[in-house]
Parts: sequence; structure tokens; C-alpha cells
Amino acid sequence: MEFVEAVLLTVITASTPLLLAASGELVVERAGVLNLGVEGMMIVGGACGFAGAYLTGSIAIGALCGILAGAALSAVFAAVTLGLAANQVASGLALTILGVGLSGLIGAGYVGQKIDGAGHLYIPYVTDIPLIGKVIFGENAFVYFSIALLIGIWYFLYRTRAGLILRAVGDNHASAHALGYPVLRIRMLAVLFGGACAGLGGAYLPLAYTPFWVSGMTAGRGWIALALVVFASWLPFRLMVGAYLFGGITILQLHAQATGLGIPSQLMSSLPYLATILVLVAISWVRGRRGSPAPASLGLAFVPDR
Amino acid sequence: MKRLMIAAAVVALTLGSALTGATAQEKLKVGFIYVGPVGDMGWTYQHEVGRRAIQEQFKDKIDTSYLENVNEGPDAERSIEQLVRTGHKLIYTTSFGFMDATAKVAKKYPNVMFEHATGYKRDKNLATYSGRFYEGRYIMGQIAARMSKSGTIGYIGSFPIPEVVSGVNAMMLGAQSVRPDMKVKIIWVNAWYDPGKEAAAARALADQGADVLAQHTDSAAAMQFANERGIFAFGQDSDQIKFGPKAQLTAIVNNWTPYYAERIKLALEGKWATGDVWGGLNSKIVQMAPYTNMPDEVKKLATETEGAISSGTLHPFKCPVLAQDGKPVECKGGTHLDDGQILGMNFYIKGIDDKLPGM
Repeated sequence: MEFVEAVLLTVITASTPLLLAASGELVVERAGVLNLGVEGMMIVGGACGFAGAYLTGSIAIGALCGILAGAALSAVFAAVTLGLAANQVASGLALTILGVGLSGLIGAGYVGQKIDGAGHLYIPYVTDIPLIGKVIFGENAFVYFSIALLIGIWYFLYRTRAGLILRAVGDNHASAHALGYPVLRIRMLAVLFGGACAGLGGAYLPLAYTPFWVSGMTAGRGWIALALVVFASWLPFRLMVGAYLFGGITILQLHAQATGLGIPSQLMSSLPYLATILVLVAISWVRGRRGSPAPASLGLAFVPDR
Repeated sequence: MKRLMIAAAVVALTLGSALTGATAQEKLKVGFIYVGPVGDMGWTYQHEVGRRAIQEQFKDKIDTSYLENVNEGPDAERSIEQLVRTGHKLIYTTSFGFMDATAKVAKKYPNVMFEHATGYKRDKNLATYSGRFYEGRYIMGQIAARMSKSGTIGYIGSFPIPEVVSGVNAMMLGAQSVRPDMKVKIIWVNAWYDPGKEAAAARALADQGADVLAQHTDSAAAMQFANERGIFAFGQDSDQIKFGPKAQLTAIVNNWTPYYAERIKLALEGKWATGDVWGGLNSKIVQMAPYTNMPDEVKKLATETEGAISSGTLHPFKCPVLAQDGKPVECKGGTHLDDGQILGMNFYIKGIDDKLPGM
């Protein structure tokens, strides 16, 4: 039982950065913008987050720095793709390369430094409940925030008028424009929100997961976040399932190795990705004739006619 | 007009002095190719420490520069050539994956000196160098066997390649020399460098009962986790005591400075020649961080073993070495396995209950 609890704890801590970054990207893509720069925004968020926390000694200020840094980098993307209607795929890739380089520069002075990581919730007696106590009542603030964020996003997209407009912009920007909605402004806000979430997801790594800074520490998590959005067919709660499933398979394959089953580790390491591909195939096969669940205007530049 | 002439004179003067300056004191340009970022706090960082040290030591005689994050593969060739074309006369390529690219470029530019780390292809102008890190791992094994309560070591491996496999074996040989029933649990993360995954692997190993962690990956994530969890760990590449003040028993520290300094001196004197240096504790390329968080008697054992390996009286792979099936491995080095057998090690020794993933 203690073992199950330990595994669950590890799965949640490993999945949270993916969930945070993917939540933001989901909103961005729902508004019809494809930002492939998640990895770049995450790593810059990580560098700035660590710098902020190291200088002030406060994890909260560090997280805020991460959020602002991610949003600032996404503003560059917004300016290029929305303001100048540049190709979103190319701009997103460039953003990742820029972010990785920039983070190395920002973080150079902090290599080898360490901080005290984010604290865990502790409620006397409640947290001590076997099996579920620590899993539900003993996490750090990032975990609770990521879940609250996702519920908030669901509520916004499906229960508010603003969310409906955002989805309309993503599905058919010409119609939304004809109805008088400010397509570019809505998209810009979505991109900034996505940048902030990616920055926070990146900051989670050096603030809570492994409390130190090294270059390149996101190690491809931004790309996985992008895949998760497709995996979830742009639906918030399916995103949560996807993130925890991905984290779960990653952790379980480590445990399977340690028990010495002798399955090739290379195959085990590729399991999470294999599972992602299989689910994607299954989804498009089931949907078949009903067409793609993607927002119809995803990735298309919008130039208002004058 | 007058102003123009003055300007021209100034330009001519500065050009002239720059030219004479260059001829009077031609500095040797030394270049480094790194596989990771200098901020990885591990493998590449230790090479960078060496580069900075020699730059300081030979301030007036050499100029050093580096290219970081160079991909292993076709990209490496272009990067090495770039250093050649910008006038570098001595070039270090510091990862195994640069081997073919270095050999190719070396053939093309016979007047440039090359040195490649951890490889085996040599030429008239291409030397190789590496560290006998398995020597340190043997000492770690002995310490682990004395410090572990559960009798299980957790080992975080990068890729199942001979260098890493020989490390696992050396550690277990050391552990078995003190406590024959020591167990090891191994997780391959299939990355040199992914702090999150390394931490998750450390957690999985600890959850399965390992109470001393060893790693052959490049970040301090496992060390930091061990400190938090209250178990022990060994550092890798550099001294990680800062990340595990209560956890670090010792660390293998890659110390390239004395090697680089010696080679640069030879190059400056015009005596540089190709060759192969595989240095261990004896040559100071492999160093042990201070023995900490252990009783004096364990410290004494570790220090004695270090001395014995350093002086050559003890070899971690002394014969007989038993393979997993219990049969002794052919003893090509007389009293111990020879260098070729260690460099190409593709089997686990007896006492490791796991299957080596295909290599």
C-alpha cells in the first residue's frame, strides 16, 4: 500500500509541468493559433523562475518571474505571427531555439546554485491518512494550482460568453471577424496566457521538482505538452487524463526496470511515446468520418480586410 | 584633406602595430568542442573548468575558445572545421560521438593537432585521452556495502554502453569484496541528461528499497533527492556535496586540468606527439571528493583502497572475474582483465540479478 502511494506521488510530481504547459497551449490552439514554442517558453520560465527565487528566497516570486518570462517570450511570437501574419510553424520553432539559447544566457550565473524547493501541504491527521492522505493533501502549491487552472479553463471555455467567442475565433476567424469580434486581440491574449502557463510549467522544474538550475533541464517536455493537446482532442479534462497517463507510464517503466524484469530499457523508455501514438491513432479511427476535432482555423494566419 | 590624412595615418599605425604584435608573439590557438552546455554542472562543465585553468596558466602563450552544444554526427565535422579555419592549431573534441568526425578532419589538416576524449581512433596528428572512472566506482562499491542497511544499491544508468556497464561491474566487485550478498537495482533512463527523469528514477529506486544511490548520468538531481529522503548517494563528474550535504559519501571528480596543462606545454615546446592516455587515480584525472557522512573506519577502508589502486597493487578487475553464469571471464591481462576487455565490456558480473539490455 505504501508502495502504491509512493508511485502515485511520483506520477503526480512528474505530470504537473506537462499539465501546466499543455493547459495554456490548449487555450492558444482553441483560439486558432499554433505556438510550437512551448519548449522555449518553458525553459526561459525555468531560468527566470530560478533566478527570481534564488535572489529573493521566495518560491512564489520565482513562480511569478517564470510566468512573466513565459508571457514576455510569447509576446514576441504574438507580434510576429499576429501583427505581421508570419508563418506560425516557423515562428514557433524559432521561438524554441531562441528560448533555449536565452535561458542558457540568463541561467549562466546560477549554475551550481541551489534553493529550498517548494514546500508540501501538511494538515495534521488528514495528511497522515494511509494511501490517499499524502496524494491528496500533501502536494505542493503547483499541483493544486494546475488542477484549479484546468477547471478554470473548462469553465471559461464552456460556461462563459468570452470562452464561446474565443472558440468561435478558433473555428472560423473570418465569421468571427464579420460578427465584429476583435480576432487579433483575442488571439493575442490567448497567446500571452499560453506563454504564462508554459513559463509556470517550466518554473516548476527548478522550483519544485529538482530545485537547482542547469541548462536544458526541460529536456523536451514542451514538445510532449504539445502532443498532449492533440492527444486530448482539445478537451480540458481529457488533457488531465493524458498528462497523468503519460506521467504514469513514464514512472511505471522505471519501476519495472528496477524490479529487474529484463525487458529492454530502450523499449521501456519509448513506451510513453508509443502509447501516445496509439491513442492518437485510435482517436482518429473512432472519429473517422466525423472529421478532425481540431479548431478549424488552427495555424492559419488572419489578415483583416480593410 | 588634412583630417583625412591624419585618419589614414592612424589607421596605418594601428594596423602596423597589430601586425607586428602578432608576429612578435604568436599565440597558440586552442579550441574545444563540447557536446553539452557548459552549464550542465557535469561532464562538459568539468572540461570547461580545465579550459579556464589552462587559459589562466598559459595566459601569454595561448588563446582558447569553445563551441558548446555541438551535435554528435555530421554537424560536428562542420564545427571542427570551423575551428581549424579560424586558426586553431590544437583542438579538443570532448565526447565519444565526435570520433569519426575528428578522424576525418584530422586527415584533411595534417598540420593541426587533435585530441579526442574517450575514443579509440588515432592518427599521426590525432591523440586520444580518457579517464579510468571504474577505479573510483570500485571504492564506491566498498563504501556502499558498508553503509547500506538494506543491502541494495540503486544505480541510475544513462545508456547500456561498455563504459557504463564496466562502472556497474566495478562497483559491484568492490561491494562484493566487503559484503558478498550485496544487491543492485539498475534503471536506465536512456539519456545523459534529464534532471526530472533522473530524479524520478532515484525515487523509484528508493521506493524499491535501495538506500545508497549511484549514478552514471550528468545532473545532481539524484543527489538532491537522496538528501531530502535521508539516504546516501555518490556524486558524478563533479563534487556535488552542495546538493547533498547529508547524503554524499564521495564523488568521482573528472579532473582534466593536469592533462590539458601537460599537453599544452608539449605543444608550445614543439614536442607534441600523438598517443593514448587513459589515466586513473594515479594520474589525477580521476579524483575522489572528500569521504563524508561515514564513520572513520569506513573512511579508512576507502582511503586504503584508493591508495592501493593508485599505486597499482589492487586492480578492480583482478582475475578471476566471474560472469553472470558463474564462469570465469578469460583473463587477457595476466592478473587482471586487459584494457580492451574493460573498454568493450558487454556483460554483467555474477551477483547482478538483471539482464543487460541489448547493446
